[in-house]
Amino acid sequence: MVQVPVRTINRQQRAQRQFLTILSFLALPLILYTVWVIYPTFQTLLLSVTDWDGLSKTWNYVGAENFNRLFSEDPFRKSIINNILWIIVFITIPPAAGLGLAMVLNTDVKYDRFLKTAYYLPLVLATVVAAVVWAQGIYNPRTGLINTILSLFIGKSAFEIEWLGNPNLAIWSVIAVAVWRQVGYVMILYLAGLKTVDAEVLEAAKMDGAEGWTLFRYMVFPMLAPVTTIVVVISIIDSLRSFDMVNIMTRGNPFDSSNVLANYMYLSFEDYKMGYAASIAVVLFAISLVFIFLYLREVMRQEEAA
Amino acid sequence: MSATVQEMRSIATKKEKKRGVHPVILAIVWIGAFVWLIPIAGAVLTSLRGFDDFNARGFWSIPESLTLDNYVRAWGRMGINRYLLNSFVITIPSLIGCVMLASMCSYALVRFQFKLAKPLYFMFVGGLLLPFQMLLLPVFKLSNDFGIYNTYWALIFFHTAFQLAFSTFVLRNFMKTVPASLFESAMIDGAGEWTIFLRIAFPLMLPGIASLATLEFTWIFNDYLWALVLVTDNALKPITTGLANLRGQFTTDYPLIVAGSILACTPTLIVFFALQRYFIGGLTVGATKG
Repeated sequence: MVQVPVRTINRQQRAQRQFLTILSFLALPLILYTVWVIYPTFQTLLLSVTDWDGLSKTWNYVGAENFNRLFSEDPFRKSIINNILWIIVFITIPPAAGLGLAMVLNTDVKYDRFLKTAYYLPLVLATVVAAVVWAQGIYNPRTGLINTILSLFIGKSAFEIEWLGNPNLAIWSVIAVAVWRQVGYVMILYLAGLKTVDAEVLEAAKMDGAEGWTLFRYMVFPMLAPVTTIVVVISIIDSLRSFDMVNIMTRGNPFDSSNVLANYMYLSFEDYKMGYAASIAVVLFAISLVFIFLYLREVMRQEEAA
Repeated sequence: MSATVQEMRSIATKKEKKRGVHPVILAIVWIGAFVWLIPIAGAVLTSLRGFDDFNARGFWSIPESLTLDNYVRAWGRMGINRYLLNSFVITIPSLIGCVMLASMCSYALVRFQFKLAKPLYFMFVGGLLLPFQMLLLPVFKLSNDFGIYNTYWALIFFHTAFQLAFSTFVLRNFMKTVPASLFESAMIDGAGEWTIFLRIAFPLMLPGIASLATLEFTWIFNDYLWALVLVTDNALKPITTGLANLRGQFTTDYPLIVAGSILACTPTLIVFFALQRYFIGGLTVGATKG
């Protein structure tokens, strides 16, 4: 009779001790993450409906005013169009090139290590370095590589093409550098994915006479579907995050023709238009949320399969 | 999916494809690789020539003579040495903090069965893809409120916290592959959880930590946005914003700026080439850039 309550106390104590042990591992990381990531996310939502100037201790609630102004202004429209262009390029060219390269380099190609390194080396360079090297070495109207080569064909007029200064060209020039960095990354993801493709299934398909394009189209590509999902989601998120390249190469100029949401947000922050900047961040967040959920769903599915 | 099964499969697929690649496709891959290297090769070449030579002949010409002068000037006069030092002062503590906290977190999320384990894990995974802009204003404000704005600490704290998402994601999945029986037997021997963590779990996580640390080093070292937002004092700037700053000052002296850029990425390149296997491993486990 006496033993029963004692045992419950023990169980309670054990649960309590277990809780404290878990806490001793999780408290520090969770506090840090909450203070610097979770709380800021919610505070930005709040700031987007205020007129905070970045210096004052207080702010006024202004309702949807920031958003109304945002949607009616030209730089915002240009930025969002450029973000969409960026996404369209990013979900087509690097995945196609990366998958193609992975297919080739997954076979017994000679010097495959050199080839792989050549393609993903740009990824290791800081975006600042990549941007500086491209802006000066490739795009510079007077001394850059493109105009130097073009001048061989069309003469001196080639030196007048401003790759970063022409409103019709600037955004494409910036995206090209981003593609240069992205292809190797996608290639690595597909190379890893190809290692998990079931050799026995492929063997069976080959026995049935499938080869070349048919084998790729109906066997390999479908088996790579989970990788493709991840690649597409990451490409979109990276497009929405694109800031460094734009900020360093053009700052969105000329006339916002190469602006993107992330850079537009930063410029508003620099101008101490904090509420306005927050509303741009919220728009970015809202778009990202769709893809964050897609990604989470994929991770959860893999979690259940494991 | 154990590594050995994957390796066996990859060996199997390699044997499968003995037929080889079409020569035209192979040629395209080789040409592409050289095109990919052109900007880097051009930068190295430019950094090795004198300003007058460069100015007279342009970026893409045969240099008259080669010199290390630009590197010497960039290192000392441009202050690349100080910017690089700042980068290390910021990166190393962030890296250590982030790896330590993430390994603790991962251990707890895998080792203990509690209701919040999964939601917490998904919270970190969700945080992986968060747009940085969503955090910019409050982090700027917080660092002001804490009195660490414009110090190394602002960047160290923020990087540690923000990179926890990716680090926990990677290490938690790594922990999952460790058989629980290893911990159970230590439990029976009377070891406490912290002893098990430090003596058994942490050493077992080391391969995962190596991959993670290689990647995180590159990301934190190459960070531009947060350095721009949180540190305005030129003496404290890391290499990324420092370089951007110099580019504004020495606009026309391209060989100098390019030499500075090459010096700027030397540490990450060394880490990358020395630990290439880990770098690739990390990228494919996480499958996301931080």
